[in-house]
Amino acid sequence: METTTANPSYKLELTSSPHVHSRWSTKQAMWFVVIALIPALISAVIFFGHYQLLIVFTSVVFCVGTEYLIKKLRKRKVTVMDGSAVITGLLLGLILPPNFSLSSTAIGAVFAIAVGKEIFGGLGYNIFNPALVGRAFLQAAFPVAITTWTKPNFAVDTVTSATPLAAYKFDKMFTSIQPMFLGNIGGSLGETSALAILIGGIFLIAVGVVNYRVPLAMILGMILFAGIFWVIDPVKYPNPLFQLFAGGFLLGTFFMATDWVTSPITPKGMWIFGLGIALLVVVIRIFGGLPEGVMYAILIMNSVVPIINRYTYPRIFGEAK
Amino acid sequence: MILMNHKKTFKGGIHPDEQKQLSENLSFEVMPNPKHVIVPLIQHLGKPAKPIVKKGSEVKAGEIIAEQDGFISSPIHSPVSGKVSKITVGATVTGFPKDAIVIEASETNETVLMPPLDPEKVTSEGIRERVKLAGIVGQGGAAFPTYVKLSPPPDKKVDIVIINGCECEPYLTRDYRYMIERTDDLITGLRLIMKAVGVEKGVIGIEDNKPEAINKLKEAVKNLPNISIEVLETKYPQGAEKMLIKAVTGKEVPPGKLPFDVGAVIQNIGTAIAVNDAVVKGEPQLTAALTVSGLGINQPKNLIVRIGTPLADILDYCGGVKENAVKVVVGGPMMGVAQYDFSAPVMKATSGILVLTEDEVNDHEETPCLRCGKCVDVCPLNLIPTKLARLSSLEKFEEAEQLGITVCMECGTCTYTCPANLPLVQWIRFGKQRVMALQRERQSA
Repeated sequence: METTTANPSYKLELTSSPHVHSRWSTKQAMWFVVIALIPALISAVIFFGHYQLLIVFTSVVFCVGTEYLIKKLRKRKVTVMDGSAVITGLLLGLILPPNFSLSSTAIGAVFAIAVGKEIFGGLGYNIFNPALVGRAFLQAAFPVAITTWTKPNFAVDTVTSATPLAAYKFDKMFTSIQPMFLGNIGGSLGETSALAILIGGIFLIAVGVVNYRVPLAMILGMILFAGIFWVIDPVKYPNPLFQLFAGGFLLGTFFMATDWVTSPITPKGMWIFGLGIALLVVVIRIFGGLPEGVMYAILIMNSVVPIINRYTYPRIFGEAK
Repeated sequence: MILMNHKKTFKGGIHPDEQKQLSENLSFEVMPNPKHVIVPLIQHLGKPAKPIVKKGSEVKAGEIIAEQDGFISSPIHSPVSGKVSKITVGATVTGFPKDAIVIEASETNETVLMPPLDPEKVTSEGIRERVKLAGIVGQGGAAFPTYVKLSPPPDKKVDIVIINGCECEPYLTRDYRYMIERTDDLITGLRLIMKAVGVEKGVIGIEDNKPEAINKLKEAVKNLPNISIEVLETKYPQGAEKMLIKAVTGKEVPPGKLPFDVGAVIQNIGTAIAVNDAVVKGEPQLTAALTVSGLGINQPKNLIVRIGTPLADILDYCGGVKENAVKVVVGGPMMGVAQYDFSAPVMKATSGILVLTEDEVNDHEETPCLRCGKCVDVCPLNLIPTKLARLSSLEKFEEAEQLGITVCMECGTCTYTCPANLPLVQWIRFGKQRVMALQRERQSA
């Protein structure tokens, strides 16, 4: 059919709708997480010294390197620029004890990526949080080194190198809240400063990378479950605020439990997941042999995510309530 | 969120760049008649119209050239005066070639009108008959014959007419211009529709990003107690029928049901104007109002064009396409159709032509699904887009059916949002078609 203008000589895209896309991309979200971890990294340097940067650096280099190597060996597209291996490296470094050996760090990093992620097919297919898989492996392989803590830099006499949770578990000693909020306590590199973690975590929620449901469910769950024990016997059991700020709970809340890949996709599922982690943390801390339970709590809940998703599909619009 | 003073809306949805500023302040311009028009026999949902002219027939603008065929169908009028040069298969903006009557326009443009009717005296039957004869179809995109929507089955109790003034698709400003430039005609159109379906309550739902239109409409209805203006949150897809009904009445249309089933009739702004013109002026649907916009067109415009005008003529009239254009879309950017043949003509329900540049399309690399759940959060119908897309790609159609794939209205909200840039709605569209084919098979078995 003749028209006044011939068809254009330039190329036109012919994809089906929608024809516009949000600015979201996997890469952008991942780099937002990296930015959000900077305050925790700074707190690690302030409280435990410059050497800690080496641990984190080693962890990142070996995570990225392992992913690169595996993708090359499997002749797949190299995806290290998406930033996810950098996050795993940062997180693993931040949950190791201060002054941890660099060679062990490297082993943990290789394990985290190789077994925690690439064995499942890489980003998007893993069941467990890779950084926690690496940490769990190191816990089994180097049980003494991984529970050897360092006194923080601004330690006054009353501050010991033991973590507040270990002090509670083994010596029935409670640490006061103020140093726990700032980070002037014993613990893993990036987990001691509630303040630094909250800055990063709130940033992630504000920019929309992290949905508020999982963190809120975990915090409310912690207050609820820890509160029940505390009400029963305030002498024997720690108060909810202590539980909230102690150990890796907040770091886990904002940076590990909220990992897109290993948490539920349904709104109701996110609540169940968060509450489940909080309950397990309280149970492990109070009844378990270990002083801390965040790592295992998240890993256990990771494993039931597919079931949670399946049973929490939302009611379709217009269907009977 | 309950504490915030928020406007009525639905759950989920997205806020794409509105881009209305490109054309919202430009008044409608009437484009001169093209040298020839291509008038497809099917411009509506339903059966194609039957041509009653032959090659060589002389026709006048407004004359019927193809008759309605069956209950769900619509007659077609000649948009210009001239001579039928051929009846042939031609490209259409839907992407599928269809039979069309091609008319060479003559210099004279005598228009045959129907006798005007007094909007205060016309009966409900009279309005329906006029709307049917005028060939009016829904302007919202689906192009459903309007008279059918004005004839609710007797067992359905309809109590509200809602005019869709959301125009939630980015870029498009046609309805906005109508609301501002033809406010009173719009209200008359609404009152005629209310009379036709016999209801007392009329509402115009409008998003809060159109303050000027809101003020004008509120002024126009201040002495009409049974018509109200409902200001809604600006959010895509607020203008989808189900979402609009939910926002205005709080009722949810169940899967597979129609607005009738919850007592509502929804009409587009353009449809209400067309109803007004058909009754008050006796004018059949000969023109389409559309927005030509996007960063890739030299002069964005709001235009009134003859139906059958080829896209190429309109793009030329708007100063031509810029070199950095990558996509030409008919309709809005969320649900419109990308074009490959600019000989395709404007049809009754065409609401916009967008020329988009690389920057606007904002395409990026596809990565595996990260199960972030954003698609679940934004889906206005509470589906699990990532799961439905995956089931479709694996051809597990039965499971997709159980999870409600046929409920999807293909608004594209999931694909828009997906950080992994996955073609979610595209897979769902494929799966939905296959599931519907399976359902038809089952029914006939």
